[in-house]
Amino acid sequence: MTFSQQVVTIALCILGTMLPRFLPFLIFWGKGPVPPFVHYLGQALPAAIFGMLIIYCLRNVDLMGQSHGLPEAIAIIVTAVLHRWKGQMLLSIAGGTICYMALVQTVF
Amino acid sequence: MFLFYDEQKTKRNGGIWLSSGIRRRSLAAAFPYTIPIMAGFLFLGMAYGITMHAAGFSFLYPTIMAMVIFGGSLEFVAVSMLLSPFAPLTTFLAALMIQARHLFYGLSMLEKFQGLGWKKWYLIFGMCDETYSINCTAYIPAGADRGWFYFFVTLLNHLYWICGAMMGGLLGRVLPFDTEGLDFVMTAMFVVIFLEQWKKEKSHITAGIGLGAALVCRILFGAVQFLIPAMGLILLLLTMFRKPVAQAFPKEEEEGQ
Repeated sequence: MTFSQQVVTIALCILGTMLPRFLPFLIFWGKGPVPPFVHYLGQALPAAIFGMLIIYCLRNVDLMGQSHGLPEAIAIIVTAVLHRWKGQMLLSIAGGTICYMALVQTVF
Repeated sequence: MFLFYDEQKTKRNGGIWLSSGIRRRSLAAAFPYTIPIMAGFLFLGMAYGITMHAAGFSFLYPTIMAMVIFGGSLEFVAVSMLLSPFAPLTTFLAALMIQARHLFYGLSMLEKFQGLGWKKWYLIFGMCDETYSINCTAYIPAGADRGWFYFFVTLLNHLYWICGAMMGGLLGRVLPFDTEGLDFVMTAMFVVIFLEQWKKEKSHITAGIGLGAALVCRILFGAVQFLIPAMGLILLLLTMFRKPVAQAFPKEEEEGQ
């Protein structure tokens, strides 16, 4: 890939990011109050989105593959248990990640 | 006459002082909320910078990309895009597919960002997952200004991410340890955000809808193309179950507590 192709690739990443970020505001702003259904979506979406993001992160896990998704499963359990126990976001994230790195580098 | 003049002058100066005080108080209120993100973004940003470095790019690439894209997951994917043959349409569609979830963020911040002047454009530009979740949920104390609070949360997170990416790009060449599996930090972060959201909500219907719809679509459509169908299915299910789901939320006048 040449330098100008890299610049175009990065510019398209910017466009692909900013379009979804700006679109709802461009559509619904300046046209009076937000419709009730859109207001409802605003309340209901956050929980659904975070559930979706977890699956999104795990999309490349192959249950039939060599490790059967075990490192991911174990590290997620470690993350969740740490979080229920201490409730400190960074500790849970760091603990889960270190656990995963140890598993994929030494066990699987 | 003099009194009147002085009063006007004080008012004018007072206005300026008041406004700078509000900015300071808003920054002071915003900063503590961003402390976990600071550590997280320096860590994640470094992971990204190191990945870029391992792929053979100068530290300027992660630094500038962190500045202008400011969307973690796409930036990780962009590493492999930059290493593959040039494919503009695929790149754009992949970016849209990965970032389409921000449509949902915009929908839920429509009312909160209204009337914030020039700041709103930067707030929308910088609305990554973490900034969104703080601005969406944080309690803004009296004496701080909502717009400036949002602004400083966005700015601080943006700066952390840029610094992390730059440091990773610079230090990548001297860190001697094996970084395989470091990317799991993204998954762990979303698991934690999901648990936080779960704790806060009275009803778990929407969390279940998000997990379930995404899982079903991942199985049906495969790893590359499932995100858009999943978003469609989530919208469909939220429409179908509007009544029971809406009951769990506070009425409009109770919000912001």
